[in-house]
Amino acid sequence: MIAVSIERRLPRILFAAVIAGYIAIVLGIILTVVLNSVSKGWYSGVLPRTFTAEWYKYAAADHDIGTLIAVTFVVALADVLVGLLIAFPAAYALARSEFRGKAFLLSLFLLPMIVPPMAYGIPLAMLCYKLRLAGKVAGTVIVNLVPIVPFMILVLMPFIEQVGTNLESAAKMLGAGRATIFRKVLIPLTAPGILTAGILSLVKSISMFDLTYLIAGGRNQTIVVALFSDAYAAGARPPQSVDALAVVYFLISMTCLCISLRTVSPTQMVFKLK
Amino acid sequence: MKDFRRISVRHLTKSYGDKTAVDDFSLELGEGEFVTFLGPSGCGKSTALNCITGLVPISSGELWIDGELLDDGKRSVPPERREFGMVFQNYALFPHLTVKENVAFGLKLRKLSRAEVDRRVADAVRLVHLDGYERKFPSQMSGGEQQRVAIARCIVLEPRLLLLDEPLSNLDAKLRIELRYELKALHERLKVTTIYVTHDQTEALALSDRIVVLRLGRIQQIGTPEAIYSDPANPFVADFVGFKNAWRGEIAALAEAGERLRLELETRAGRLEAELAYPAGDPRRAGLVEAFERGSPVVTAVRPEDISLVPSGAGRNSLRCTARLVEYQGHSCQVSAGLEAEGAGAPGDSPERVDLRTAACVAAGESFTARVEPGKVLVFPLGEAAR
Amino acid sequence: MSGARGSGTALLLFPAILFVALLFVYPFGYGLFTSLTGADGGFTLGNYARFFSTPREVRTIWTTLGIALPVTLLAVGLAVPLAYHMRRGIAGERIISFFLIVPVTLGTVLVSEGMLSFMGPNGWLNQLLMALGLVSKPVQFTHNYAGVAISVGLQGFPYAFLMLLGYVSGIDPDLEKASQMLGATKWQTFWKILFPLMVPGIAIAFCLNFVMAFSVYPSAVLLGQPSGPQRVIALAAYQMAFEKFNFNAASAIAMIMAAIELLVIAAVLAWRNGMYRGASIVGKG
Repeated sequence: MIAVSIERRLPRILFAAVIAGYIAIVLGIILTVVLNSVSKGWYSGVLPRTFTAEWYKYAAADHDIGTLIAVTFVVALADVLVGLLIAFPAAYALARSEFRGKAFLLSLFLLPMIVPPMAYGIPLAMLCYKLRLAGKVAGTVIVNLVPIVPFMILVLMPFIEQVGTNLESAAKMLGAGRATIFRKVLIPLTAPGILTAGILSLVKSISMFDLTYLIAGGRNQTIVVALFSDAYAAGARPPQSVDALAVVYFLISMTCLCISLRTVSPTQMVFKLK
Repeated sequence: MKDFRRISVRHLTKSYGDKTAVDDFSLELGEGEFVTFLGPSGCGKSTALNCITGLVPISSGELWIDGELLDDGKRSVPPERREFGMVFQNYALFPHLTVKENVAFGLKLRKLSRAEVDRRVADAVRLVHLDGYERKFPSQMSGGEQQRVAIARCIVLEPRLLLLDEPLSNLDAKLRIELRYELKALHERLKVTTIYVTHDQTEALALSDRIVVLRLGRIQQIGTPEAIYSDPANPFVADFVGFKNAWRGEIAALAEAGERLRLELETRAGRLEAELAYPAGDPRRAGLVEAFERGSPVVTAVRPEDISLVPSGAGRNSLRCTARLVEYQGHSCQVSAGLEAEGAGAPGDSPERVDLRTAACVAAGESFTARVEPGKVLVFPLGEAAR
Repeated sequence: MSGARGSGTALLLFPAILFVALLFVYPFGYGLFTSLTGADGGFTLGNYARFFSTPREVRTIWTTLGIALPVTLLAVGLAVPLAYHMRRGIAGERIISFFLIVPVTLGTVLVSEGMLSFMGPNGWLNQLLMALGLVSKPVQFTHNYAGVAISVGLQGFPYAFLMLLGYVSGIDPDLEKASQMLGATKWQTFWKILFPLMVPGIAIAFCLNFVMAFSVYPSAVLLGQPSGPQRVIALAAYQMAFEKFNFNAASAIAMIMAAIELLVIAAVLAWRNGMYRGASIVGKG
């Protein structure tokens, strides 16, 4: 008689359970920090009893929060823009051309992502001190470029590969010069890739700590550096103010991520490495 | 070989939301039969095939094999248990396995002895003329070779039913013909029941025992290649197998003479005579009688090869034309011509088009007379075209 | 390559090459040089000798590997089945993917603070576990190995997931259908067909995640016991640099870190090549 088809429920249940558990943990972490940042004296029990905004005021007063946010954004945006200017042509060349030493060059470009920041960070910081860029925003921008450019190249390459060369050939046949092809054909078609690379790099740049820390001083701190400094100096300030600052950081990051997800879906955002 | 008698598809329907891909599809397959699903893109032939494999769940209907119910829309036997073989349009060879490992894949799942697996793989590889290729990887082989591996991979398992989804579409013209011969030879030799999907009528005519013509999810006609070719059931099938010259008109007179139906038609191509061999009781005969009695419109269908050039003059079904486009094709000329004004259509209409194929070429712009035998003029009630 | 096109390519690559040379190769080389320089300025292997002869320092290698390897295995190991399940798209894919990626935006400090509260002895998680009767006293999730592991894993998982999802989506769906038609169950299809084809993606996801995990520093400090069982190698480097101001020794430690990472990556790539000897690319056409 008819064979009953195997119930495919079990994988779906497992999947749902894992996802639920993961989301619960992530939400739990976020919520506790948020609640901590707006509450007073919450040491036990399910919910805090009193709410307050004082921690945010404290954090704002403690740090020059305006400068912090401004620097964070300036650095991040500058990194993304300069990064794209360097990475896009390189990604194009690597995606389109075949030449001897291509594999070597590709590995070289990707090396900064693999090598721990410490290995080149300190000498890089020393270089920045010598060039008197150490306490300045420009220094932060330059230093953070190092891990970002390879990341961008990695993300951009598959998107460029997806744009068939025949489109460029067609444009050439219609009389377009190389610059025009770049402007009117390539860049519009790789826009999702550029956006993806840009926004992921934005998020990454905001989060990058090691290198910025090394040349931090004065007015070129980003939020993440301030956060870590606060967190390490345990006891020097109320923990809830650290939470408040952490929430500010999180909201900035999250906003960037949400913006990106409106333009590109997660599966488009992935790198298909061969 | 597995011993079985029939595969039965009953009222198979597949819908995606409110879009019906396959509608009320019924078919009985006998052992060793080669059946082709034929139709244009989007006609539902691949969907029907995938429903039969079990890869796509059916919306309603039943699928039986020999008294065993495979699918009734609620519960179904999963594809891996049906013992069917499938060959894909893009071969679907496992890229990380060699030819030998690809072909042995299904056998190894059945826990056969190493020696047995090797023997059967060697036989299958030899059968598709790929001796010596066992260690190669798919990426090292041409499309035709890959497809042969795909075929070997299926037949080595001695499936109850072999399904092929446009297997030759990705190959170039010469390879397509070559592999088509091989498929026919294989089928002659192994006599596996086969369902073949294609949009190419040449393939369908060459390979099949029976053809199922589909359009927009519905079966238009099921028949032998001869029946489909000379006796299409409606204007769509006619057009698909190469009939052209669809002239609209009405039946002016109708005479039933035993097995034959003689019609006089007033069409846009002028006054025509048609003689159809529909026995009494054939629904098509009744349909034409009804069209005559109601005065409803009909449409003709004539093969270009059945229109011949004649020295000018009158005669039954003569068409006075002016050649517009002439395509030289070696053994014949394909001519697209316009019918000259006299007697054709209402004044102001553009000339009706005549497509003919003739051994003696004419030049573009040349006027000539052509005619067609009444027995070669098919007539269909016009309502059929919309079905 | 024709002359004109060759120089075009070189021009495109020039900014990137200059950038890498100036901002990476030179500093890295300088770092290597520094690591091989003694306090007196002369060539010496003393910095490395110092590290390897101090048990407390050498232990950091094993401590860090002991965190990085299992955590990366788990993150990738979790990402594979999730990506597999979602490969053809499922209901709510966008929302689920969004939540899976969110940890990228959190930052280590928020994760640490969050874990200290959420998973602390008085936090919601322990309250729930005790209310459900699963445990009788609070489970220690923080200030130990678990805390560091969870933090690192949570922040690394999104990258592995994204990469593998993209990779597995690119595998020709007809291969699965063919496998099914040949008689394989879903389980067999996964292990014999899909997994081997995912190996390159898995290898890369593993490498990138491992590198992130091995450089762990803030998580160890905030959620572990940095002076003891969770003293990671990055911490040793920082201490040398910013507490002892011995940049030579710090550079040496950094170089050792790089070397270990490269070793592990080489091993993973060797595994990948061993598994996937078929020709190159997967996917359509």
